Amino acid sequence: MSTAFSLQWLLTETPESRSQAAWGRRYRAWLALRSNPLAMIGLVIIVTFVVLSLAAPWLATHNPGAQDLANRLARPSAAHWFGTDELGRDLYSRILYGGRVTLGMVIAVVVLVAPLGLAIGCIAGYFGGVVDRVLMRVTDVFLAFPRLILALAFVAALKPGVESAVLAIALTAWPPYARLARAETMTVRNSDFIAACRLTGAPSGRIILRHVAPLCVPSLVVRITLDMSSIIITAASLGFLGMGAQPPSPEWGAMIATTKRFIFEQWWVPTIPGIAIFLASLAFNFLGDGLRDVLDPKQR
Amino acid sequence: MIDVDQLRVRFGDNEVVKGVSFQVPAGDSFGIVGESGSGKSTVLRALSGLNNAWTGHIAINGEAVGPRRDRAFFRKVQMVFQDPYGSLHPRQTIDRILSEPLLVHGIGEIERRIERALAEVALPAAVRFRYPHQLSGGQRQRVAIARALIAEPEVLLLDEPTSALDVSVQAEILNLLADLREQRKLTYILVSHNLAVVAHLCPRVGVMIGGQMVEQLSADDLRGGHTRHPHTAELRSLSVGLEEVP
Repeated sequence: MSTAFSLQWLLTETPESRSQAAWGRRYRAWLALRSNPLAMIGLVIIVTFVVLSLAAPWLATHNPGAQDLANRLARPSAAHWFGTDELGRDLYSRILYGGRVTLGMVIAVVVLVAPLGLAIGCIAGYFGGVVDRVLMRVTDVFLAFPRLILALAFVAALKPGVESAVLAIALTAWPPYARLARAETMTVRNSDFIAACRLTGAPSGRIILRHVAPLCVPSLVVRITLDMSSIIITAASLGFLGMGAQPPSPEWGAMIATTKRFIFEQWWVPTIPGIAIFLASLAFNFLGDGLRDVLDPKQR
Repeated sequence: MIDVDQLRVRFGDNEVVKGVSFQVPAGDSFGIVGESGSGKSTVLRALSGLNNAWTGHIAINGEAVGPRRDRAFFRKVQMVFQDPYGSLHPRQTIDRILSEPLLVHGIGEIERRIERALAEVALPAAVRFRYPHQLSGGQRQRVAIARALIAEPEVLLLDEPTSALDVSVQAEILNLLADLREQRKLTYILVSHNLAVVAHLCPRVGVMIGGQMVEQLSADDLRGGHTRHPHTAELRSLSVGLEEVP
């Protein structure tokens, strides 16, 4: 197989088997993504952040919870690369460990929200009628609540912590995705190719899952990557209100929230986690934009 | 084979098909002609099971069918749509499009059947892993025909299968359909506004106007001008007149 797995094998115009065609498609998608500089910048930043967070125990110079009140709010130095916070904890180590919490929360929310919104939107859009009306009114109810208040209520009902914060954000973040998926579904449900699927005798579930939902994914991906930053901010707000990640666990949003009063004298203390959030959000946006282009085979 | 009796379809308050009846024996092909909006496509969609707001009686193979169809029905009856640009899923390869009916019906030997289906509609094997937008209109319509035939149906419903295509490609597709019918002993119902297309493929023709089938006659009578209803004569003279324009 080593000789068979050549570039020629991947890029041939006349693949001989289904798997060869699929790998060729994937490789071409990768080439398309690679030729998009912004998407590659985004991908590199995200991969770097994820690797740094996962490798935090080996890369961190200090214990992220170790306090040193004699050395609080120190400037960046050789001992503390990003300085120290209001309790003398090493900011560099806290950023690394905080990435685990923050990125973990964002990814968990997306994994929960995207399939839920997609499923509800596609089902409502495909069936229409009573199903559509019921599902969309439920969506309206969730949309009408102020997001943070609803999340707060959920967390208050559960116990404060990262898991409850994830659940609360997920429960409040799905309605826009359902709306988007429904709109996309409505544009294709009366098309001839869906009629042809129905004429194969396929059950509705199969049509929605295999034929309708894939058409909604690209716009959903873009919307989700644009929402990444607001998910981080919501997580931070919950943390600030004492409902998210609990101290002393480091979380980027909470790190800004607890040190924001030092912004004028020791500006680097809240700024450094701010830069981390900014870079992560920007990278997700870049990557999302590139992914949308790659996911649409018509644009190749 | 196909028995339609007093078929009525209404959209809201508007009755589009007002009691249409016709029979098609097995292995025969029946053409329905009429102007735009005469309800001919609606008859076809009611037959195929896409439109289930109809009343009357439809029987396939002597078995009455209701508004809801089971999977066995869709193995027997398939449809080819007018617009080959809209009837193929834009994000699926030809391979995926053709394997879908086989997967749904649990038919095995997918590899071999897809290869054979492509060969039957005279498509090169190279198109198998392409996307619809990489094919021409005629090639797409061949894919649509291959998809309709891959689960080996007995009845093929053709909704203006050539009207979105170039004249030269139209002839190719019509000949392909005629050959396939002969090989597979298929029963066709062809809907078109083009008398020449219908007369080429169907020995018997029904003429529809305003939701009613006003006349049924043989293709030879149509060619010879032996029409009884004034509207048929009108359609014919229009069509002949158009053909005579160089």
